[in-house]
Amino acid sequence: MSRDIAAIVLAGNGTNCEMETAHACRLGGFDTVDIITVWELVSGDASLDPYDFLCLPGGFLDGDDLGSAKAQANRLLHTVVKKTGAPLFPQFTSFIQNGKLILGICNGFQLMVKLGLLPALSGAFTQQVTLTNNDSGRFEDRWVWLKANPSSPCVFTKGIGTIYLPVRHGEGKFVARDSEVLDTLRKQNQIVFSYIDPETQAPTMKYPENPNGSQLSIAGVCDATGRLFGLMPHPEAYSHGTNHPRWSREDVPEEGMGPQLFRNAREYIAKNS
Amino acid sequence: MPERIYVGAKSQVRDALGEKIRAKIIQDLEIGTINSVRTAAVYILNGSVYPADIVALAEGPLSDPIVQDYTINKTFCDSFDWMVEVGFLPGVTDNAGRTAKEAVIIALGRTFPESFSVHTGTQYFFFGNISRKSIERIAVEILANTLIQSIKIYSRDEWLRVHAKDFPAPVVIDTHTAPLFSEVNLHVSDDALLAISKNGMLALSLDEMKCIKDHFTSPATISERKANGMPANITNVELEVLAQTWSEHCKHKIFNADIVYLENGKEPRHIKSLFKSYIQKTTALVREAKGSGDFCLSVFKDNAGVVRFNDTAAIVFKVETHNSPSALDPYGGALTGIVGVNRDPFGTGLGCRLIANTDVFCFASPFYAGKVPPRIFHPKRVLEGVREGVEHGGNKSGIPTVNGTIVFDDRFLGKPLVYCGTLGLMPLDVGGRKGWEKKALPGDHIIMVGGRIGKDGIHGATFSSEPLHEGSPATAVQIGDPITQKRMTDFLLVARDRGLYNSITDNGAGGLSSSIGEMASDTGGAIVHLEKAPLKYHGLEPWEIYVSEAQERMNAAVPENKVPAFLALAQEWNVEATDLGEFTGTGFLDIRYGDTVVARLNMDFMHNGLPEMSLVAKWEDRGAGTKGTYAPADVKADTLALLRRLNICSKEYVVRQYDHEVQGGSVVKPLCGAKNDGPSDAAVIRPILESFQGIAVSNGIVPRYSDIDTYAMTACAVDEAVRNACCVGADPATMAGLDNFCWCDPVQSAGNPDGEYKLAQLVRANMALLDICVAYGIPLISGKDSMKNDYRIGDVAIAIPPTLLFSLVATVPDVRKAVTMDFKENGNVIYLMGTTFPDLGASEYALMKGVRDASVPTLRNPKRTFDCYTTLFSAVSEGLVRACHDCSDGGLAVALTEMCFAGDMGAQVECQAIEHSGCASDIEILFSESPGRILLEVEPQKARRLETLFSRLPLRRIGAVVKGDTIQFKGLRQAPVVTLSRIDAKAAWKSTLQF
Repeated sequence: MSRDIAAIVLAGNGTNCEMETAHACRLGGFDTVDIITVWELVSGDASLDPYDFLCLPGGFLDGDDLGSAKAQANRLLHTVVKKTGAPLFPQFTSFIQNGKLILGICNGFQLMVKLGLLPALSGAFTQQVTLTNNDSGRFEDRWVWLKANPSSPCVFTKGIGTIYLPVRHGEGKFVARDSEVLDTLRKQNQIVFSYIDPETQAPTMKYPENPNGSQLSIAGVCDATGRLFGLMPHPEAYSHGTNHPRWSREDVPEEGMGPQLFRNAREYIAKNS
Repeated sequence: MPERIYVGAKSQVRDALGEKIRAKIIQDLEIGTINSVRTAAVYILNGSVYPADIVALAEGPLSDPIVQDYTINKTFCDSFDWMVEVGFLPGVTDNAGRTAKEAVIIALGRTFPESFSVHTGTQYFFFGNISRKSIERIAVEILANTLIQSIKIYSRDEWLRVHAKDFPAPVVIDTHTAPLFSEVNLHVSDDALLAISKNGMLALSLDEMKCIKDHFTSPATISERKANGMPANITNVELEVLAQTWSEHCKHKIFNADIVYLENGKEPRHIKSLFKSYIQKTTALVREAKGSGDFCLSVFKDNAGVVRFNDTAAIVFKVETHNSPSALDPYGGALTGIVGVNRDPFGTGLGCRLIANTDVFCFASPFYAGKVPPRIFHPKRVLEGVREGVEHGGNKSGIPTVNGTIVFDDRFLGKPLVYCGTLGLMPLDVGGRKGWEKKALPGDHIIMVGGRIGKDGIHGATFSSEPLHEGSPATAVQIGDPITQKRMTDFLLVARDRGLYNSITDNGAGGLSSSIGEMASDTGGAIVHLEKAPLKYHGLEPWEIYVSEAQERMNAAVPENKVPAFLALAQEWNVEATDLGEFTGTGFLDIRYGDTVVARLNMDFMHNGLPEMSLVAKWEDRGAGTKGTYAPADVKADTLALLRRLNICSKEYVVRQYDHEVQGGSVVKPLCGAKNDGPSDAAVIRPILESFQGIAVSNGIVPRYSDIDTYAMTACAVDEAVRNACCVGADPATMAGLDNFCWCDPVQSAGNPDGEYKLAQLVRANMALLDICVAYGIPLISGKDSMKNDYRIGDVAIAIPPTLLFSLVATVPDVRKAVTMDFKENGNVIYLMGTTFPDLGASEYALMKGVRDASVPTLRNPKRTFDCYTTLFSAVSEGLVRACHDCSDGGLAVALTEMCFAGDMGAQVECQAIEHSGCASDIEILFSESPGRILLEVEPQKARRLETLFSRLPLRRIGAVVKGDTIQFKGLRQAPVVTLSRIDAKAAWKSTLQF
């Protein structure tokens, strides 16, 4: 019998998708799924060490008051764990160095980007891209089509061609520091998901198929290893057929399209540990 | 002097906020000479910070290096033509400032003095040839609300001559040396008593002031006070507590009044309390009839109603209004409305997880072109402010906004109605205790949790108990902070599950005074130490601390042996919790500041001393006998025109900006159909992701029918909510309702000469509520009344139409059987359930045509109508129904057209086939708003089974779903045949609200 594979969903301080994200982890086959708050990491009552997979769920960390996820990034970078006196952030870096997986969804993706965990070109954890105000200037909840890059090293999207998911954000426009960063992302196949026009199946800059005006229609990126992945749309919001906005009129499978990402993560961990 | 950091978009980066503002200026103010608008955030650090640290902050938490630049103590942009700086007035909640302060402390890793603060603002840079007058207009009408924000305007030359660094930070300066309390002499004339009430914003009537005077001059009170070292005079703290406890807002005096109801030719009817005679009675009768099937767990006594959902969980539901604050500050008022109502279900029983919001707004037309009276905003600004406030409150709290509506009527100019509702899911069992029960015990500590206390929201409870007038206080407005609240509720759910408290309630209207007053009635007293209360800034007097409505606060009754664990957990979760005293059984509310007792009030007098009001209600049938006459219809043009009307048109632009699927259980979303943009009838959610049992939420509201008769208005509002829920597959036997009354002042006075009629309207609404809910078997589980929705300034008086919002929750046994309103398939049969009467009075059609018509839509046979709903549920359960949509605003023609364009399908319908009574024209068939009617789409092979189910009920096959673009109506007399393009119809429906 294989060992237990454990996921941690890091919640608190304004996250709000932890419950359905944990549910998606369970559907994906994780044996243990714990929702742990950032306060428990800060106090030292919990740590990342026992887990194989870290999920950073959507929400409004600190109300996005200083820009999405900025204040939480600041907190993770500068906080000292109360019980041990050790800085908190090295828990994240050693988690990564140990070959474990991180998935950031929406606000979690914004957090990863602002911490520099993504896209981490040349392995450096400095901020190279951002997610900023949608071109529309407003928060929107709408479903979009995404196409996965089959050449991407991303371990989460194996076997996924296109996927239909909701976006629910006001700051989801992907912008790179410069064209060099964009070129590198493209060359290294770190662009995992692009917003597409469902008619042509091609990446699009057209609103609302591209809901925020992201450069190169980017909806999600990974690091060079493919083990760290972030995306703006919400895979955990499409766990069951009845989540689909047209399930009552179209032939929609019982399982939603979201759980596959989590199942891929679990299978990767099972194979590589 | 404070340091300033400015952060804005790099010059080559698009400034989405600036562009949005420019578009708004062009659209709303028609000032077209603005070439561009840029913006910068301002952070004001009020305290000593090293220059190197300021750079670290600017580069770290305060800016995004990819798209933003920063400047320090030097304006972000210096080539502008005009610059407007908007900041908060001292003492106004500054959420970003609070987050920035926390970020500074974390980033710099050192401690700061208590006085350190961070404030935020925005600088707007305008480029173009714009006059100072235009800039001033832009500042006041678009950029800021001067009630809560400061505005500074500079031309470039002016800016070069000032030093922004020298501006003081907007902190509250504590200048006063007021004593802890003052005495109020009540041995004065009646006029003087009234003056005390009026000048103190107490909203107490002369009778009430006299009752207080009598209590304080009774020998028993005098000797009791003497024995306890209290002054013989009432203290200002005591008077404030009584004013809050006895406010209309908190005490519902009108609903508890003695009323004589007069109706021409009938015996006067004596009503002892509308609340007891109708609301409570409805529930009692329904529960009795349901017998062992009664699912009510907690009704009327707590902050929200509680009904059983399944073997392990209960649904908690409450809808509140936040009208008066939203009139003064639409954004802050509405934001506080939504985060405020969140605390109602949360503060019910031992607490619950919040699972859905539902919002209903009533505004004047956003295209209103008349003069806007003083102190209120243009309705478009109110609409946008409220929309955004609820967006931020709902989205940031992680609670899906699952449904709602917007009702337009120009009488809402005087006061907009902002109804915010929240549902929660409560475990039936919390560590061996019933989740829906709570009780503070003597000796329990009073622990206040969450935000700090400031001057915000002082007199909110008394202010909303009055019409909007010139002296309406700015401090009555609060700004909510969803994140502080989210941290608090996350923490409290853990504390609940660890059994750390006995009772919990929220600090809403009336602040500590209301919450401690309510909880202390469990034990019969309390001792409160106000000097311990955490304040946002110095300078609050004891009475202000006690009645402040500063947001995001709850009180827990914590047993003494659990206080340390409770406080430690709060600290770990970064939530402020303060021990303010304890509950006692002394019979007195004892409020202290240090060693000084500032109030000592007899609990029995506080809660039961209020004299009952006696009122007269006089009904007259003002529209009697008027039967409208209509010009011959152009069905096509009229249907398109109806679809464009504000009450019918698409609200998609609002819906999209609300997160309606967070928590992952969304089943029927607010928008549905082939293009995800059809108007759903009700929401269905699946609150437990491992289960397929669902909850349906719907609303009914038709204030325009009140112009004819509030009995009909109420009956139709109840029926609309029920119809909507039935359309998505809710089980009618599980429905529970909330009544939410927003009325114009029904108390007759010199300034309100029509009060007796308005009270009669209220009585008739209550009569209908009882009649219909009992017939439908729907218990009322909670509700609210807001009785002073009037505007009186100068010679302008505006009263809202009497409005009842009926909100409904019901169970959907298996969400996989839920139904949506969009037509699905070519060749399916269309049925109409229910009978059509010539009910055009106060319909959207009559209003559009300007026809006065008293034949208001009437629910003629509620028993039979409910049989239809029950049978429909059977049909849905058997999987017979592909689509379902109710006929409401605009009648059958609008409902059918909506089903077509939502489903990308055409239809053919024959008016002759429709079951009707007394309809003589196509207008009456197509545009009547008779209640009880639902359109169904059924596959041909299932038609027979459906007809068998409905064999004794009104259900007629009226047409078929067809491919293509054409919607065809065959008139009563066969000809003419009207055809309509669904594509044109949808375009018309989507064209109106495109902000």
